[in-house]
Amino acid sequence: MRKLGVIVNPVAGMGGRVGLKGSDGIEILEKARKMGAKPEAPRRAAEALKVIANIKDQIKVYAYPHEMGADECLEAGLEPEVIGSIKSGATRPEDTMEAARLMVAKEVDLILFAGGDGTARNIHTAIGANNIPVLGIPAGVKIHSAVYAINPRSAGEVASLYLQGKVVEIKEAEVMDIDEEAFREGRVNARLYGYLRVPVERRVQSVKSGAHSEQAEIQGMAADVVANMEPDTLYIIGPGTTTRSIMERLGLEYTLLGVDVVLNKQLLQLDVGEEQLFNLVEQHKGNARIVVTAIGGQGHIFGRGNQQISPRIIRKVGKNNITVVASRDKLVALQPHPLLVDTGDPDLDQELSGYVRVVTGWEDSIMYRVSNDAG
Amino acid sequence: MARQQRKLLRDNYHQARWDEPIIFEMSVPGERGVLVPMASEEIASQVGDGASAIPASLRRKKAPALPEVNQMRVNRHYYHLSQETLGTDVTLGISEGTCTMKYSPKVQEHMASRHPGIVEVHPHQDPETMQGLLEIYYKVEQFLKEVSGMDAFSLQPGGGAHAVYTNASIIRAYHRARGDHKRTEIITTMFSHPCDAATPNTAGFKVITLMPDESGYPDLEAMKAALSERTAGIMITNPEDTGIYNPRIEEYVRAAHAVGALCSYDQANANGMLGIHRAKEANFDLVHFNLHKTFSAPHGSMGPATGAVGVKEFLKPYLPVPRVEFDGQKYTLNYNYPESIGKVRTFFGNANVVLKTYMWIMQHGADGLKEAAICSVLNNQYFMKKISQIPGVVIPYAKGKRRLEQVRYSWEKLMQDTGVGTDDVNRRLVDFGIEHYWTSHHPWVVPEPFTLEPCESYNKEDMDEYIEVLQQISKEAYEDPDFVKKAPYKAASHRPTHSAIDDPELIAVTWRQYQKKKGLRK
Amino acid sequence: MPKKTIVYPYIPNSVPEVKAELMKEVGVTDPMDLYEEIPDHLRFKEELKLPEPILDEYSIRRHTDEILKKNKTADEYLCFLGAGCAPHFVPAVCDEINGRGEFLTAYVGDSMGDHGKWQALFEYCSLMGELLDMDILSIPMYDGGQAASSSLRMANRINNRKKVLLPATMNPEIFMVVKNYLNSVPQPEIEIVQIKFDPNTGLMDLNDLKNNMSNDVCAVFIENPSYLGFIETQAEEIGKIARQAGAEFIVYTDPISLGVMEAPANYGATITCGDYHPLGLHLGAGGCQGGFIATHDDMKYISEFKDLMFGLTDTIQEGEWGFGEVLYDRTSYGSRDKGKEFTGTSTGLWAITAGVYLSLMGPKGMQEVGTTIMQNSQYAAKKLSAIPGVKIQLSSPFFKEFVVNFDMTGKTVAEINKKLLEFKIFGGKDLSHDFPQFGQSALYCVTEIHQQKDIDKLAYALQGVISC
Repeated sequence: MRKLGVIVNPVAGMGGRVGLKGSDGIEILEKARKMGAKPEAPRRAAEALKVIANIKDQIKVYAYPHEMGADECLEAGLEPEVIGSIKSGATRPEDTMEAARLMVAKEVDLILFAGGDGTARNIHTAIGANNIPVLGIPAGVKIHSAVYAINPRSAGEVASLYLQGKVVEIKEAEVMDIDEEAFREGRVNARLYGYLRVPVERRVQSVKSGAHSEQAEIQGMAADVVANMEPDTLYIIGPGTTTRSIMERLGLEYTLLGVDVVLNKQLLQLDVGEEQLFNLVEQHKGNARIVVTAIGGQGHIFGRGNQQISPRIIRKVGKNNITVVASRDKLVALQPHPLLVDTGDPDLDQELSGYVRVVTGWEDSIMYRVSNDAG
Repeated sequence: MARQQRKLLRDNYHQARWDEPIIFEMSVPGERGVLVPMASEEIASQVGDGASAIPASLRRKKAPALPEVNQMRVNRHYYHLSQETLGTDVTLGISEGTCTMKYSPKVQEHMASRHPGIVEVHPHQDPETMQGLLEIYYKVEQFLKEVSGMDAFSLQPGGGAHAVYTNASIIRAYHRARGDHKRTEIITTMFSHPCDAATPNTAGFKVITLMPDESGYPDLEAMKAALSERTAGIMITNPEDTGIYNPRIEEYVRAAHAVGALCSYDQANANGMLGIHRAKEANFDLVHFNLHKTFSAPHGSMGPATGAVGVKEFLKPYLPVPRVEFDGQKYTLNYNYPESIGKVRTFFGNANVVLKTYMWIMQHGADGLKEAAICSVLNNQYFMKKISQIPGVVIPYAKGKRRLEQVRYSWEKLMQDTGVGTDDVNRRLVDFGIEHYWTSHHPWVVPEPFTLEPCESYNKEDMDEYIEVLQQISKEAYEDPDFVKKAPYKAASHRPTHSAIDDPELIAVTWRQYQKKKGLRK
Repeated sequence: MPKKTIVYPYIPNSVPEVKAELMKEVGVTDPMDLYEEIPDHLRFKEELKLPEPILDEYSIRRHTDEILKKNKTADEYLCFLGAGCAPHFVPAVCDEINGRGEFLTAYVGDSMGDHGKWQALFEYCSLMGELLDMDILSIPMYDGGQAASSSLRMANRINNRKKVLLPATMNPEIFMVVKNYLNSVPQPEIEIVQIKFDPNTGLMDLNDLKNNMSNDVCAVFIENPSYLGFIETQAEEIGKIARQAGAEFIVYTDPISLGVMEAPANYGATITCGDYHPLGLHLGAGGCQGGFIATHDDMKYISEFKDLMFGLTDTIQEGEWGFGEVLYDRTSYGSRDKGKEFTGTSTGLWAITAGVYLSLMGPKGMQEVGTTIMQNSQYAAKKLSAIPGVKIQLSSPFFKEFVVNFDMTGKTVAEINKKLLEFKIFGGKDLSHDFPQFGQSALYCVTEIHQQKDIDKLAYALQGVISC
């Protein structure tokens, strides 16, 4: 019998309804409440849980107390075991983190949570190195993290499939870190915060199209990049799970969230900062290649987690020495929107706009549009 | 004009469901299905038992564990299986959009499967004894030349993808003959058939794919950015599988030619354009047709088929051999093409498919081909109008533009409103005697897709029946989504527990593998 | 000039009233308006220059019949041609089943509505699996040429080596298909080396094989029986040499021989391939071919098949068989980087037929047909070698084909075959072009369909042709 953990962040999304961006922070929450904002997350959580209630006899449910999970479960017709304790009406991010820790201790098979980017970050912090899959029920206004399903019902369905042991893939999805203050002041300062494992429904293809495997294609891409690596050239490998496959192919250590440098297929430097990287490039007389992938829900190839690759570094290396890698599925999900660049240098962004060949597999690439519209 | 209104929906339909065992389960030791001719006594006395000439190490030690079933039961078994199959002969092939499931006239089928003049001909016979066969090949080539405007055809490839692969091989040979070793890339589009990417990749090219722009046409600016002196060719399907004709197609061709690349036209969806649009006027260098789609040969449960490859004169030297030629009196086979890519298939290809093509074209002529095209497109546009009115359907791209041979629809709204998606609708279809429809090639750029093609074989009532079925399922989705999701109820079998098997423990592609995994056999 | 309106039986909406109704529904007055998306200058404005149509069914049938009657057939003539397309007996039930409209006109339907088709194809794989004594097969390919080509590329993907060793006795047409298929851009990546053979036996020259064996050979490929008909008696040893060097051992076999000959899997083959044409299919002017590839149950191989496989599973209904598609997403075996070639429509109907054939034949039938074939072919060889000037070129045992040499007759094979036509006999395939080292030789094919009187007639005719 599989175990499900349910955590609801009841205040997520409250800011959005009344025109405020985000709702992290007690002050903003107060402001939102004064403006008449009502909690969104509980309603959406219940919607997802109603779908799961169809298999309630096949699973065991753990929920955090009151409006942080238990209420929504009961409303949906589930009978959860309630764990932990909260101060009802005054919940904080710390509650989310403690909830996740307790669920991990209970060895649940899946943590279903309702909230926004902040909630996702909290879950990520709490789970740590544990590999428990999670799935988000969207309830906040701004969702940049890829750990969320498209809508509550879909979340309920995928979770149900997973809990029944049906065919689903487990993908690594990005958790994005947004600076709330800066965001409300109109500045977007996002970075890749980390990854969580998320179940995704598998699509069955027909005989006519042949077998499709995103995994296989990504490995093909990595093989392609490695096969084309030139000697005595620095390879600046940006963060992300897609670029990681290149490091894995080379059999090298790597950082998932940092920028690593490779030379002659050996690891030169792990997790470099901007200064160090610039010096390396200088030493190499600019003979370098940058390898990046799309980060964040909007497909940023620069600016959402690889800010170490600064404008001066990009200029030194040269626009023609940038290799973009991504899975075909990622680009299909992104289109018709272009890949985005936000280096911090508007002129550079303009230069980088146009079309780029994105390596998507072995000897396989997609010609994709790149734009500087931060949107 | 009054037509009798009768119930179109076959809600009483039930597919044959025989609970048929796997043939091995029917085995009875000792039973014989057919007896085999034996060598005469005199022969046996002269040469012995024959098989002892095989050295001991290569002699079969254990008889193959084939089942032993009497003839009546074998016949009945396969009859049962055929009844559990929805071929176009029994269902509305409108479902298989992009496959052009038209009626395969029985007069053609009987000729190809019964006439000794094709069934009992050996491909290596003296060409003088095969003049009829060669005449058919030669004439079909001439017909296809005319239909496309190309200068030479090969009928050797065994399918559409095979034809595109042949084209990629020809492009490869062409550049190599020019001494140009830089031409390592082929450009194609996301909505072209996946073989337009997979086959050049197989041929050794690096493939660059273009995404559709907002209107659904391949991004021309992206193409221009992708073209270079490394481009060997572009491979494009037009209209694409969405049914949208790209009116700027020759701009792509011009841009490609400007960098010295060749242009290959995937005409799998040509049915709607016969006599109306040709590869030649769009300036393509290579083309291919699917004879088992456009030209009425049946699909045979995935073959045999034929992909006819057509080229301009300057590429003729590279075509596969042999070529069928005519000197005014006799037909001959010519292998003397030193620059040919060689062969992509043994012998001449699928002669039966070529014969059916011949007969179909001969029964229609220029006017008939054009009529087929017009009625096909007319049907499709009528269909599109009706389908667009069904709740839950969305038709992305090219708003307000007339589509040609087929349309890619989307149940995206249905999914959002009810949670019922294209796979669910697809399973419910069979309950009304309609074959599972074709969704889309991967990747699903269009969400919850379904692609339908009411080609010229279907009359208005057929189309109305199909539309009514979809209306019914849409209604059910809004009223009782769970009911739709649990379908099919009346098909030959129910939903498999694993429609996608990726756990090595569960893979059983043969009966013996299955038995070994269950511990029933060593 | 107004044309007569024709209502075509295959184009039902060509009925003018219906057409008008539909046109009105979609808002066009002229049919050409349907094509407004095609710019004017891209429209073909002329008439296609095609022959006047033969509209009625009787006439087209008669017209086609007259053309096909110009062909001489194995119905009226004795056919001793093989070379990859041999005349074998086709049980009536085979024709019955592949004439079933449902199978004939099905395509890519899912496993519920097309359950029967999926099961029939699964059974084809299963039956072939028994014949080949291997657990894994995919849905069929175009022909043996494709099977051979894909097997070689599979081997290359498995071990990443870049050279293949092929026998110089190989089927020349398959060799051409392989050569094109192993080609690449900007130059071929896989090198093809042909291994010499002993001119007296036809057998592979093992010294030449050993000399060419190295760590960059991805596969050693043999035909057994050979294209030239002989049985490669050194097969096991060749396999050892290949496998010891870490190469794949690919055996291209004739499935109808496997009732009397050992399955290649049991003498070391790691990949078995071939053409299943002999199993229940007519000559069909070469249009009834079909390829197969089989391997053992090892993810290393399974993950390299280019075509999909149907796996047996159950359904939500207890006790019911169901079918699913085998994917290999979760496995990290094999060279996942390179694309797995391409897939598409191939030869489904013929594969179903081969399944029917094997169901009818059973183990005894396969043993009997193999025996009859060998008895007949040995008898034929004996009779022909008794004719002055005629000799059997190779001394090795053979299955259903053998090379006949006519050098001592002073006549060319071409001349002889022309004369044989007058006796209503299709003589063996002329090898003088492809195998000049054999002089004026022909490949004769004798199977279970040749009765003693047919073989005697051949001998008699040859005698007559040679002596005059």
